[in-house]
Amino acid sequence: MKISKNKTAKIAKEAKPGNSNSIWRQPLAIVGVVTIGLWVVAAIFAPWIAPYDPLSQDADKFVTPSAKHWMGTDELNRDILSRVIYGARISLPYSLLLVVLSAAIGSIIGGISGYFGGKVDAVIMRITDMFFAFPAIVLAMAVAAALGPEIRNAVIAITIVAWPVYARLVRGLILNAKQNDYVTASALLGSSSSRTLLVDLRPNLSGPVFVLAALEVGNALLLLSGLSFLGLGAQPPAAEWGSMVSMGAVNFDRWWVGLFPGLAILTAVLAFNFIGDALRDALDPRTAKALRD
Amino acid sequence: MSNSIIEVSNLSVEYTRNGKKIRAVAGVDIQLAPGEILGLVGESGCGKSTLGKTIVGILKGAEGEVLFNGKSVEKIGRGRRDPHFLNLQMIFQDPYGSLNPRRKIGEQIADGPMIAGVSKSDALKKAQSLLERVGLPANAVDRFPHQFSGGQRQRIAIARALAISPTAIIADEPISALDTSSQAAVANLLVNLVEEFNMGMIFISHDLSIVRRISDRVAVMYLGKIVETGKTEDIWNSPSHPYTKALIAAIPHADGQSFVPLDLPGDVPNPAFPPSGCRFHPRCPVAQSQCSSVEPLKVSLKDGREVSCVLQEAGTMPKAITF
Repeated sequence: MKISKNKTAKIAKEAKPGNSNSIWRQPLAIVGVVTIGLWVVAAIFAPWIAPYDPLSQDADKFVTPSAKHWMGTDELNRDILSRVIYGARISLPYSLLLVVLSAAIGSIIGGISGYFGGKVDAVIMRITDMFFAFPAIVLAMAVAAALGPEIRNAVIAITIVAWPVYARLVRGLILNAKQNDYVTASALLGSSSSRTLLVDLRPNLSGPVFVLAALEVGNALLLLSGLSFLGLGAQPPAAEWGSMVSMGAVNFDRWWVGLFPGLAILTAVLAFNFIGDALRDALDPRTAKALRD
Repeated sequence: MSNSIIEVSNLSVEYTRNGKKIRAVAGVDIQLAPGEILGLVGESGCGKSTLGKTIVGILKGAEGEVLFNGKSVEKIGRGRRDPHFLNLQMIFQDPYGSLNPRRKIGEQIADGPMIAGVSKSDALKKAQSLLERVGLPANAVDRFPHQFSGGQRQRIAIARALAISPTAIIADEPISALDTSSQAAVANLLVNLVEEFNMGMIFISHDLSIVRRISDRVAVMYLGKIVETGKTEDIWNSPSHPYTKALIAAIPHADGQSFVPLDLPGDVPNPAFPPSGCRFHPRCPVAQSQCSSVEPLKVSLKDGREVSCVLQEAGTMPKAITF
């Protein structure tokens, strides 16, 4: 989380000079950053902020929202506000972890595919085609179900469905960048393949991959909550937004049980998407190129 | 010639377009001596760049070979380039594409020495001194390419090639993408560097007036073939091939004499369907009847130049071409 915030700050700083697209001039981006900031604070300081222990069953069953329990209680007598706050401790770090994992794996595979081309490229791209042929959630469900219901397996399942997007992006960037004379010049100077890939081509990737990753955080959170909703992710009694929503679905007449964790998912996903959109606008290749040249 | 660093013999280069093989370079012989500047001129599409790229090993020849210091040049591939050929470098036409926009100037110049095993600090020191040598401030090492003009970038690209002390440089239209004001400066820089480091340079250009100023020898290329080679002044004073004469006559003069440059009729034919016989005959103002069927042989004239035209006879002084 810390790394991600630093990176955001760095990119914002780079985009700033004379850039009307700087993410700090976009109101939605500010809304997004503030919202995620609040969730990060909630996650870090959960034990001090939450009024109750998220697992304690000392309250009454299905208490309606009141001064004592702002978001009411669930069927196991637990305070929903406290569980929503603790839920940020699962959703935020896991969705960031998911994005980092799939971006890393996808970039490496896409880089190899684009740089070496030929048969390697054809095989890798057909594999990504297969992944794109299935809806992500269905594929993730299948993998998670096969591995067994556990949050670690849900992470593996989502990484498996999420990497092809990055592979495609990076492959395209490499295909484009390797046409440049500076790549040829580097080969003439005796550079090895790996050096060309890491030193000459890699700098072209960081911006677009970072933007895609920022846009994908919300997706990852949604997939993770979805798997948990279906009982394939976080397991009870862990306070996780998706599984809390599923409890609300079972007790549909008690609206507060599902609504508040649902709102938590909504605000976090929306905020991540606002930030992602703003970063994309700020780092749009054409705009960015116009600024560089 | 045994003292040449580059020896191209009977080189042909083909590429495939729409399933058809196109011979962009069709049997070329060139020699380059140390300290010599060979100007390679011709119209767009005649295969000059293809020839240059094949000489350094970016493209693969279909026939014939290129010897660099006695060893046959191989196409650069996935693996590291054979260290024997590191002294054969290239300067590209577009100084915007030839420098990595996301890496510092210093790092890019230091690349060559670092790959060869020099420490980073030494390589950067070398980069600074090279930048000064090409007329840029040493502190440019910490800047990025976008902070420089086209002419400055070309100087940076030259510094990068110089960093591993090449003995031969192929300069592929190094000044044609530059402003007129920096063209002369970059051309002069190249000439001085060639003298200073005793390098050989093949200077590819379609700008004949620059080539005349800087080259020791000139090779004139038409549709994949060299039609005439010789000492620059000889060729200028008495072109022995009609194409050479037409090219020279087509140079505009900025002398206020309202001189109208000669217009060579037609375009370079499609290299996929080269004309029969002499490849220049459909455009040649002095074409003979046999030119459409007989391919002219290369003959050596008395003043040392080589020409492929039926009007010239081996071992004689060149006959003047008039039209």
